[in-house]
Amino acid sequence: MEYWFSEMHSENVKFSIRVNKHLYSEERDYVRVDIFESVDFGRVLVVDGYIIMTERDEFIYHEMLTHVPMAVHPNPKNILVFGAGDGGNVRELLKYPSVERIDLVEMNEGVVDACKRFFPDITGCLSNKKVRIYQENALRHIRHIENRYDIIIVDSAGYFGPGESLLSREFYGSCFKALKEDGIMVNQHQSPFYDEDRIETQKAHKRIVNSFPISRVYQAHIPSYPSGYWLLGFASKKYKPVDDLREEEWNKLGIDTKYYTTNLHKGCFMLPKYVEKMLEDVENVND
Amino acid sequence: MNQDRAPIYEALEEFRRKRVIPFDVPGHKRGRGNPELVKLFGKQCLELDVNSMKPLDNLCHPVSVIKEAEQLAADAFGASSAFLMVGGTTSAVQTMVLTATKKGDKIILPRNVHRSVINALVVNGAVPVYVNPDTDKRLGIALGMKISQVEKAIQENPDAVAILVNNPTYYGICSNLKKIVELAHENGMMVLVDEAHGTHFYFSDNMPMTAMEAGADMSCVSMHKSGGSLTQSSILLVGPEVSPGYVRQVINLTQTTSASYLLLASLDISRRNLALRGRDEFAEVCRIADYARTEINKIGGYYAYGKELINDDSVYDFDTTKLTVFTLDIGLAGIEVYDLLRDEYDIQLELGDLGNVLAYISIGDRMREVERLVSALYDIRRRYKRSRSGLFDHEYINPMVVMTPQEAFYAQKEEMIPIRETNGRICTEFVMCYPPGIPILAPGERITQEIIDYILYAKEKGCSMSGPEDEKIERLNVIKENSTY
Repeated sequence: MEYWFSEMHSENVKFSIRVNKHLYSEERDYVRVDIFESVDFGRVLVVDGYIIMTERDEFIYHEMLTHVPMAVHPNPKNILVFGAGDGGNVRELLKYPSVERIDLVEMNEGVVDACKRFFPDITGCLSNKKVRIYQENALRHIRHIENRYDIIIVDSAGYFGPGESLLSREFYGSCFKALKEDGIMVNQHQSPFYDEDRIETQKAHKRIVNSFPISRVYQAHIPSYPSGYWLLGFASKKYKPVDDLREEEWNKLGIDTKYYTTNLHKGCFMLPKYVEKMLEDVENVND
Repeated sequence: MNQDRAPIYEALEEFRRKRVIPFDVPGHKRGRGNPELVKLFGKQCLELDVNSMKPLDNLCHPVSVIKEAEQLAADAFGASSAFLMVGGTTSAVQTMVLTATKKGDKIILPRNVHRSVINALVVNGAVPVYVNPDTDKRLGIALGMKISQVEKAIQENPDAVAILVNNPTYYGICSNLKKIVELAHENGMMVLVDEAHGTHFYFSDNMPMTAMEAGADMSCVSMHKSGGSLTQSSILLVGPEVSPGYVRQVINLTQTTSASYLLLASLDISRRNLALRGRDEFAEVCRIADYARTEINKIGGYYAYGKELINDDSVYDFDTTKLTVFTLDIGLAGIEVYDLLRDEYDIQLELGDLGNVLAYISIGDRMREVERLVSALYDIRRRYKRSRSGLFDHEYINPMVVMTPQEAFYAQKEEMIPIRETNGRICTEFVMCYPPGIPILAPGERITQEIIDYILYAKEKGCSMSGPEDEKIERLNVIKENSTY
């Protein structure tokens, strides 16, 4: 007997993981959450049919979403995280003593509840007293906030469904406003490989370029995401991602990581030519 | 009557199961002859695109399932008769005018009528008597009809045969319909209601009064707007004093003899849905619209208006599902906000005029999209707010009717006169600012400098202008001077 979970990475490409056991399945507010157990990826969180997190490779993007901005900003105290009810980003952020407060906004309470049950090692950090969890619409949460955060991390689930609003112009505009004058926003930029994803990546990049004075893209290798090749965005009001890297200071902190190093930090902004080109294509077009 | 039924839809389903061989039109034969169309619309859709035939009845002379569907609709809307329409609410409006008036008859109209009304006057030669709608000076929108103005129009035109009322207006403003009906009927005039934006009034407990409830003689409800049916489908409602047989004859003057069953079935299913679930669904629509209004008013600078506009006369009631936002206080014209929302935020609104934008909230809306709209308005204010000076906020211009629309439309013309040179001439064309499709000029009206300035300004502000032969609206056609008029 064989059970396989498959996610369509494009209309004609399928990514499959053998399922040992289906642990959880629930639909709430039009969002379906599934969790299953696999041999190579451990427990896997699936929302609306898309893999959001696996135990095996979650460290990669959680580290890349957090340490890249944290190693650039000189004094990050107040941090806002969107999505990521799984707690992986918060776990990384709590490794920094300078962090005073982490606000986590997760629109879907089903995700938070399911993660607490099935990923207790990752979600354990959410009970830390520096962390506040808001279960509400991301746009509603942020639109009235001004000049409050040092770093905003947007760990969005994808281009379609409830996460869609995290890719809108109004959302990036609201983030810009909610950041202090030297604030940094990082976000998931999806994969540049398959046509449909690429178009969305370009749209998101264009919106960010229009919203922030500095906007760069970096890469990571994430086996369970479409094409395994993933882009992340670094948008900022003041600091440049590589020139302003505080390499020595960061290494002195002695933070334990599995993927991120300051060497990798410098390298991950070097992009393949086809990716550079697709980003440039939208950077130079005015509205 | 049992509103669970949907006779046209049921007949179509039964017809499909019979697998009848089509040696009739349409020629695509269930889509087989046009695979690209099947790919676009789906097999089921093409299979239902069939011709009138005995088991499916005929819209030109309904005797079975269409007749039943119309009876169910009449019952659901509280009308004596109802007519399913496939030529848009435009055809329903024109049927009302053509039923109530003939050549030379006077009809009392508010100026903010839809162009379809004046087009009907071009067709039959009736004479418009315009009632200047009250306007809200700050918001720059036309309001409802004041009772005093209706009384005055009736006194001055006792020979008028009908009064037409927009209720609600595009912006959700309602007139005192019951009182207008009383006045009109006392004076032997029919009341026609353009209720295109008020379908949902019939299926909600806390909504303004409906035309049928107020005792109006005819009303058209745009089912495809708030009712949820397919675009171009509509329903004409008729009260007890109007002969349904005559109305059918008028409809058949211009209506297609090949009515689309996709449209008819969509009317049938939508009517059923409204009758069975409309109350709950519109309660939710109101809740969403109220939430959006509150959130938008918290932003500062925008004004999303609601029931506080009610003044017991020209704003007798207000439809709270209409989310209209006044934008001039952030220094942007409505049309500018409307364009920014579409071009930069991928949000399409229903209309933008000089001072306002209107978001149409309906049974398909969800909170998450509303949150995006509110945040986008917030972001637009942050990025584009400027001082208000220099914005032109005049919206209503009193028309000077010199001849009937029909006479002007067919008169001898001088063509393509540069618009700046037309002051004082009589226009033979429409000039519309669209949306909301209220005429600035109609055939037979005197052009003034104020009108010319307004047209030029609205063009500059990016309003979509239409009507004249010259697409760029740089030139107008006018009546030849020294002609008999």
